[in-house]
Amino acid sequence: MAKELWKGSEAIAEAAIRAGCRCFFGYPITPQNEIPEYMSLKMPQSGGVFVQAESEVAAINMVYGAAASGVRAMTSSSSPGVSLKQEGISYMVGSELPAVVVNVMRGGPGLGSIQPAQGDYFQATRGGGNGDYRTVVIAPANIQEAVDMVQEAFDIADQYRNPVVVLADGLIGQMMEPIVWKERTPRQLPEKTWAASGRRDRDHNNFINSLLIDAPSCEAHNLHIAEKCAEMEKNECRWEEIMLEDAEVVFVAYGTPSRVAETAAENLRRQGIKAGVFRPITLWPFPYARLKEIAAGEAAKVFLDVEMSLGQMLDDVNLAVAERKPVRFYGRCGGSIPHVSEVEEAARNAWKEVE
Amino acid sequence: MTSFCTHRLCLITGHYGTGKTEFAVNLALAMAREGQRVMMADLDIVNPYFRSRERRAALEEAGIRLISSSQACSDADVPAIPAELLTILEDRGVRGILDIGGDPVGARVLARFQPQLLREDSQLLYVVNANRPEVREPAGAVAYLRSIEAVTGLTCTGIVNNTHLCGETTVEEIRKGAALAAAVSRETGIPVLCHVAEERFVPQLSDYSETVFPISIQMKKPWE
Repeated sequence: MAKELWKGSEAIAEAAIRAGCRCFFGYPITPQNEIPEYMSLKMPQSGGVFVQAESEVAAINMVYGAAASGVRAMTSSSSPGVSLKQEGISYMVGSELPAVVVNVMRGGPGLGSIQPAQGDYFQATRGGGNGDYRTVVIAPANIQEAVDMVQEAFDIADQYRNPVVVLADGLIGQMMEPIVWKERTPRQLPEKTWAASGRRDRDHNNFINSLLIDAPSCEAHNLHIAEKCAEMEKNECRWEEIMLEDAEVVFVAYGTPSRVAETAAENLRRQGIKAGVFRPITLWPFPYARLKEIAAGEAAKVFLDVEMSLGQMLDDVNLAVAERKPVRFYGRCGGSIPHVSEVEEAARNAWKEVE
Repeated sequence: MTSFCTHRLCLITGHYGTGKTEFAVNLALAMAREGQRVMMADLDIVNPYFRSRERRAALEEAGIRLISSSQACSDADVPAIPAELLTILEDRGVRGILDIGGDPVGARVLARFQPQLLREDSQLLYVVNANRPEVREPAGAVAYLRSIEAVTGLTCTGIVNNTHLCGETTVEEIRKGAALAAAVSRETGIPVLCHVAEERFVPQLSDYSETVFPISIQMKKPWE
């Protein structure tokens, strides 16, 4: 298959259409405007619907409506816009509606900057809206992975009837990379017998609702969602291990910083320091078990978490490593990207502590 | 090496993602190396990232003056045109390279300067990349070219083949782009001015009658 050059955001949009997404609702915000722009052109050509909503809140509620009717639906935004969508995501979890929400992160808090960042880790991995829930969070580190995983995200959402968050940083959204469109085997998914798509020959009406005013029913519903989350934790966790077999310095990084860490690890190996990268692909479920094994192993001497935020993933790294080995941190934030040389220096300093 | 640019001002346009900025920065550096006085304008009002202004230091070190929108806040995506742009248009002692944003949307910035550009010795270049899905077929490439001409009120006078696959570029990719550029040229009557190639590929492309313009990658990703 021939390689093509795609920009992250437009590739994510095309991947969604190829996955059968037929409704896109969004509101523009840098650095992800190519997603709605692409959707506005291509979605109608694919027999779908594009609406530029009056706000992010409106867009996520349109996704709620479309998903309730059984259609594959998506919205995209960037950090402050995704904050506005949290109520809708929580309502979709409560109503057990599948959808894909793409967050191309920029600097925060508040309006922040338009340059790439990862400051929405807490929000994405801890639920984000009100109530007891999680969503699968997929963090692509290259455009090929972004197009593969966005397509899979729709399957995951349908399988568990739960929204899936694709968490890319601005650089992944804005950069160009060669990709191939692979043949994919969609998951075997149940019929959407629950969809509010018209009564037809059904003997009952379908209702989509997240209000369970009677506390015991609400508790039972929460426990049902928790069971689904447990299944997601069991089945959907992904990560990549780069040069880890003998690595003594283990970088933990996702998205753009994982690419920076990989270059740093190659450079460090040339300097005689065995370095490697542990890259979570899903941030929730976080690959605790595998990172724990690595921490318990002979090779790893020190962990260095690298982020474009100030230590948000660090909590998860610490939970996994659990003081078996020292964990150090290097991060830039607000739209600044860690430089390879800075990451190398942080790694050399961490290495000196344990050498 | 830059003699294919026969006019004082080069306006570099194309579909977004074709590599206009990489070409523009390399062209400016090449002209400066040839001893010409060069000014460059980053007039991209579409893209927030991967802008020529990110290479300000390298350009200034080569003696190139870079003009970009919203100088005070280089990370903003404000669609503002710097007033200093007029320096390039009016100072007939400089070679000017105008790096324009992608698509007709990005090229619209030129419309305002159309009367001046017509008075000056200028040429509109159209960059093609056969690996970009929207413009890999001649029909798509010609459609974008015509839209850019319509929006700017200017006539394109040269095609630049800048076909690449980032770090995975091969000579075959550049040749595929040369075939596309030739097809666009046949259909429009606009000549192919050059094939852009990383220096390492240049010796393998000596069979082309058009200039093979050697570049070194300037617009790197943070980990490259």
